[in-house]
Amino acid sequence: MKSIPVSTTINGDPVEFLCTPDEPLLDVLRNRLGLTGAKEGCGTGDCGACSVTVNGRLVCSCLVLGVEVEGAQIETIEGMAHGETLHPLQRHFIEKAALQCGVCTPGILVAAKSLLEKNASPTDEEVRYWLAGNLCRCTGYDKIIEAVQSAAAEMRGEV
Amino acid sequence: MALDDQKRAFKYVGTTPNRPDGVDKVTGKAQYGADITAPGMLMGAVLRSPHPHARIVSIDTSAAEAMPGVRAVVTGKDFPAVEDQGFADIGETCMARDKVLYDGHPVAAIAATTPAIAKAAIRAIKVEYAPLPHVTDVDEAMLPDAPVVLEGRALEHVPAGMSQNVTNTCEFGHGDLEAGFTKADLILERSFKVGAAHQGYIEPNACMASYAADGRADLYCCTQGHFFVRAVCSALMGMEASQLRVTASEIGGGFGGKTTVFVEPVALMLSKKSGRPVKLVMTRDEVFKATGPTVHASVDCKIGMTKDGRITAGDMTLRYSGGAWPSGTIEMGAQAGFAAYDMPAVRTLGWTALTNRPKEISYRAPGAPQAVYAVESLIDEMCQQLGLDPVETRLKNAARKGTLSSYGVTFDDIGMVATLEAAKAHPHWSAPLGPNQGRGIAAGFWFNFGGNTCVSLNINADGTASVTEGNPDIGGSRASISLMAAEELGIPYDNIRTIVADTASLGYNDNTDGSRVTFAVGLATIKAARAAIKVMCDRAAAMWGIDAEAVEWIDGAAVPAGPNAGKFPPMSLAEIAAMSFQTGGPIAGHHEVNVDGAGVSFGVHICDVEVDPETGHTLVTRYTVAQDAGKAVHPTYVEGQMQGGAVQGIGWALNEEYIYGRDGRLQNAGFLDYRIPVASDLPKIDTVILEIPNPGHPYGVRGVGETPIVPPLAAVTNAVSRAIGKRMYQVPMSPPRIMTTIKGK
Repeated sequence: MKSIPVSTTINGDPVEFLCTPDEPLLDVLRNRLGLTGAKEGCGTGDCGACSVTVNGRLVCSCLVLGVEVEGAQIETIEGMAHGETLHPLQRHFIEKAALQCGVCTPGILVAAKSLLEKNASPTDEEVRYWLAGNLCRCTGYDKIIEAVQSAAAEMRGEV
Repeated sequence: MALDDQKRAFKYVGTTPNRPDGVDKVTGKAQYGADITAPGMLMGAVLRSPHPHARIVSIDTSAAEAMPGVRAVVTGKDFPAVEDQGFADIGETCMARDKVLYDGHPVAAIAATTPAIAKAAIRAIKVEYAPLPHVTDVDEAMLPDAPVVLEGRALEHVPAGMSQNVTNTCEFGHGDLEAGFTKADLILERSFKVGAAHQGYIEPNACMASYAADGRADLYCCTQGHFFVRAVCSALMGMEASQLRVTASEIGGGFGGKTTVFVEPVALMLSKKSGRPVKLVMTRDEVFKATGPTVHASVDCKIGMTKDGRITAGDMTLRYSGGAWPSGTIEMGAQAGFAAYDMPAVRTLGWTALTNRPKEISYRAPGAPQAVYAVESLIDEMCQQLGLDPVETRLKNAARKGTLSSYGVTFDDIGMVATLEAAKAHPHWSAPLGPNQGRGIAAGFWFNFGGNTCVSLNINADGTASVTEGNPDIGGSRASISLMAAEELGIPYDNIRTIVADTASLGYNDNTDGSRVTFAVGLATIKAARAAIKVMCDRAAAMWGIDAEAVEWIDGAAVPAGPNAGKFPPMSLAEIAAMSFQTGGPIAGHHEVNVDGAGVSFGVHICDVEVDPETGHTLVTRYTVAQDAGKAVHPTYVEGQMQGGAVQGIGWALNEEYIYGRDGRLQNAGFLDYRIPVASDLPKIDTVILEIPNPGHPYGVRGVGETPIVPPLAAVTNAVSRAIGKRMYQVPMSPPRIMTTIKGK
């Protein structure tokens, strides 16, 4: 299958790549661009480990084709911290022990950031439903919900 | 007896610092199995059987081999015969030889320059099968006329005349059963079924192998035990262990499922044949079809009880199947079933039978949830019939120090009574319930393991320390190991760096399993630190010109012991380290041990549910876990283990099971149809950590990871049964099963 050139912006950087028309964005990120922070847990959009945003919309990158992101703005876990400064979500995830194995963590952080951009003061139930598309097998989700809420409080200037 | 030097006051242990690998894991930098690459690397793919049971007549790989970009093809014929039966069985799970034994059994593999070419080449392989009759249910597999999965694999003590699928039997217990049942006011006997649950780790099995022309190889993989990976892969490849170096990547969950190999030997053989590095990553569909779930089980349980709630006798028959090869998990189930109770008369009889399913591999407290589920469900039903309080009844029968356990050991200090008392005192236990709601309680038990462990601790010249251990960090163990090193050395947690070394850098370490790492690696780290402290005391003594015995280690410094040792100010670790090149060279401590004394662990769970009588859907509305941790080294991660284990058990109780069609094929090989709990399914999981010190550890630590998956099957069952007013005898309790029970007589 002949490859197609795609121009896009990833974490603020201009990026050009070649990919085949049937190649998922996740494979492009991981195999062609070396951005392995997004993980493949299922390849069918059930686990959310590959979550990224495309033009501000939260997606499973395994369900988006590389050729679909021509001209788009993509944000991945690699763009969440600024230099040595972690995003409050990243810091609270570490402080609250919201990760055990950590493989679902990049996807959950991207999804949680996307939630807080839309809703700065979610209820616990809203966090649980927003993150229902991100599977975590280690934590039972409790500490993830706590970490999202404490990061949200800090981002609202309450702490 | 408690260790003489057991420590009870702590400075660092019991605090909750950030984990050292945290930043890498929240920024996407941490490298998991599928993230490892090498120059010139090929991509692998595996062809799998669509049949549950068939003879392989022929495999024609010629068309695939002729495709441009295909660099190697591997089938079962490429692997040498292996004498060790255990390794040979694992080898056959990685690549079939003469027969395929389950839907998804590997029959051939390809390495090609791109994933697309590898997949196309897989489709070009022609396999001729002669299908055979199959069996996927343990009760059917034990029938004398059942299709035979493998011949001649029964152990010698299995009685003659049974199906050849029956490979093992075991029996545990003590006391006079008949006399015990005679004393009972109520005897109940019930049958239970437990579906096979998958570990459900989010990271599919993955590896990257590089086999060089000189016969040396490197293997990177996500595993719970890279030393075991080296042992089995070197045996299957016919190479010496020293020539294979295995490096554990970060691991995206395992729960027992990554204590064996599925793709690693195949990647090594593809690399050997192609002369190039090969990456092999399973798809989720492959993970479900061809990696081990746990056993599925059929259980008959009989208990006798007096009307005031004293258990007089218990008798249980367990039938487990671990898929197409013999499995030892029945032994653990049969020992664990009645372990929480002081039983005057008890027997557990276990059977294992082969079925056309993938080879079972450990899942968190392997074998225990199935057996304990039956016991805890039946006790609850008897409490209902006799009008007894389920906590008081359990307290009346609880195992304590000195109790002869159902599996033969006499317990030392244990936490069964304390966890029951904690549950009774928790506000959850007495909170009101609404309509269609029910509350269940259940206890659970796990042995905990020790095992082979090897740790090196190096004192750096700047006054910091490095701990080199050999167990993959699956849930924060670098933090707990660092805490114990900090405690013993008396230097801050942030001055310790703990790394997981490859197989060439350290002696053999058993797998990260059995809830053993914080206990056993912690113990070895403490002893390694003590060895380094001995060296540092000797160096200080030499500098002071006094006897080495006249120096002791207090709060991170050498100090003269007693008034006769001389008057010297304390010499800190940093000062001794800074002088080390002048006083005899680098300072290190080591400890190598096969650890015993892991200390058993008990937990009690309380579960509230609301069942929709129209649909049979169950919502868990409140959940509380009380468990004995011995000493919680990093309490937040201890809570995390208790919460995570409980939620896995909730998923098993309500949703999770392998569903095979009559065609013997797996019908739900994906996260959409094999549904693990999501955040919106669950309430907060409350936790109570109890600390009854384990006499076998310098700080009193017990393993905590596995016990929490044991009580939920019964805790949820008891809650659902009380909510609907009828007893449930099968897990998972899917809505159709609940509706059948509600509507049934």
